[in-house]
Amino acid sequence: MASSGTIQLIYLQDCQSRQSSRKEVMARLPKPAEGSWTEHYGLGTAPVSYEGTTSPEYYEVEREAVFRRSWLHVGRVEQVDRTGAYFTKEIAVLGTSIVVVRDADGKVRAFHNICRHRGNKLVWTDFPSEETAGVCRQFTCKYHAWRYNLDGSLNFVQQEGEFFDLDKGAFGLVPVHCDVWQGFIFVNFADEPEQPLHEYLGPMLGALDGYPFERMTERRVYRTEIKANWKLFVDAAQEFYHAPVLHLKQNPPALALPMQDNGFEAPYYQIDGPHRVVSTNGIRAWDLPEDKRKRMDTITRSGLFGAWDAPDLGIEKMPAGINPGGCEPWGMDSFQVYPNFLLGIWSQNWVMSYTYWPTGFNSHVFEGTLHFIPAKTPGEYLAHEMAGVAFKEYLLQDANTLEATQMMLESGVVNRFPIGDQEVLCRALIEETDRWIADYKEKKGIS
Amino acid sequence: MSLLPAEFADLEPFAAKWCVDTEDERFAVRMASSMEEIQAFYDAFEPRAETAVAHCDRYTLDDLPEDGANLLRLLCALVQASFPVECWRQVKVPDTGAAAVDCIVQPAL
Ligand code: FES
Ligand SMILES: [Fe+2]
Repeated sequence: MASSGTIQLIYLQDCQSRQSSRKEVMARLPKPAEGSWTEHYGLGTAPVSYEGTTSPEYYEVEREAVFRRSWLHVGRVEQVDRTGAYFTKEIAVLGTSIVVVRDADGKVRAFHNICRHRGNKLVWTDFPSEETAGVCRQFTCKYHAWRYNLDGSLNFVQQEGEFFDLDKGAFGLVPVHCDVWQGFIFVNFADEPEQPLHEYLGPMLGALDGYPFERMTERRVYRTEIKANWKLFVDAAQEFYHAPVLHLKQNPPALALPMQDNGFEAPYYQIDGPHRVVSTNGIRAWDLPEDKRKRMDTITRSGLFGAWDAPDLGIEKMPAGINPGGCEPWGMDSFQVYPNFLLGIWSQNWVMSYTYWPTGFNSHVFEGTLHFIPAKTPGEYLAHEMAGVAFKEYLLQDANTLEATQMMLESGVVNRFPIGDQEVLCRALIEETDRWIADYKEKKGIS
Repeated sequence: MSLLPAEFADLEPFAAKWCVDTEDERFAVRMASSMEEIQAFYDAFEPRAETAVAHCDRYTLDDLPEDGANLLRLLCALVQASFPVECWRQVKVPDTGAAAVDCIVQPAL
């Protein structure tokens, strides 16, 4: 996807590689002692099945085994920045809609978006199936005007005397477990989550604490519906092997040629519980010769990697979890928070976050958000525009390719696919999801 | 009525078409243009783009006058035009069929 690694080491290496080009290209970056990242993390090396993306039955189990049991990222605290601020979120994978709100005590809460009277969708505008946001003192149902406090309690029933033994205390909104990490709001649809959020996120993500996400309040949000299984898009964003191929032409020829020869290598991969990260090497675009930059990058002093002039983060030192492999020069970290949340942290001091929300076994809604420290100057605004538009051009290329992949995977003609070491995280995702499903079936006594 | 600062008066014909408020609208203008139109806009504006950025950057975003804001809109439109010209040699991203991506939130300009 937005392929930070695209340019990366290639420029540094293009001289030697032009000589060895088209011959066997050996790995240039060090690998773990086991010889590969894949073996280092104890994963298999055999070809894999993609049945998990083509089987409606697999998807049905995945909904319960994965999406009802994991912590799911649904928004940022800045979207509920005052008492009564709320947004709704359609959770098609679990067949529900939720409303997330900041209550009078400042606590962020989530509820199923259903009125306890006769089941009307409580919060919506114009189109029942579309998401909405706003600020209110209380929630009032559009149907018969039952009213709920921001903490979910039922406070008013129209013609209450007409009802029979109605205990208002027993008809509050149905809560959803909700917690916040670093300003990212998560919900969990289990009756009782198996782990609290912070424990679920684990040490690798916990080590990001202290990064100033809260300062990055300028947001650009991109949304698209993709006719492919959600995991196929996760894959496209957790391997950069495709970047110098699918996205090659986003680079000037002088850069594209060596990229084509070199392919891509990531300097660092880590797997921590269900979560994963890949880091890339960076380049200083402004140090490249003119013929290796796009003219518009020079004009805007920006590009896919973000503004050349990185804003000050206002922190003493980077949290230890950033650039966990100590890559130098460092480009970005792409953290994959299981199951469907990506958090990308760039060396140019901005952040991207993706969510992939399944709507069926072969479709999902993708939302990508670019988070910037707000532009103060026109030049900074333009730099963010450039990053946003470049991001979208990549996204368009990925989106259509995913549909093409889904289509042929569904043909069932082939079901054993070789996965390389640069795709180690794709393999990890398959194995991880299989594990969640096996664990769920075992607990439920299903065979 | 002129949209742009006086020193960019020669770009007025492009401003009438390309000075729109949002990234999605700029994308729509691009999609509705021919490659020749995009190339003509790029060729006219690209050599002066750095001067335009410098002009805008004499102000902060908050106190940017309306003609400066239009110049910034035109620069954002040049970003849209740059991809067909510098990367694709065609208006659309190659191989993107019916794929569509909406920019549903962006900072106001
Ligand atoms: S369904 Fe909500 S008040 Fe009747
Ligand atoms: Fe990609």
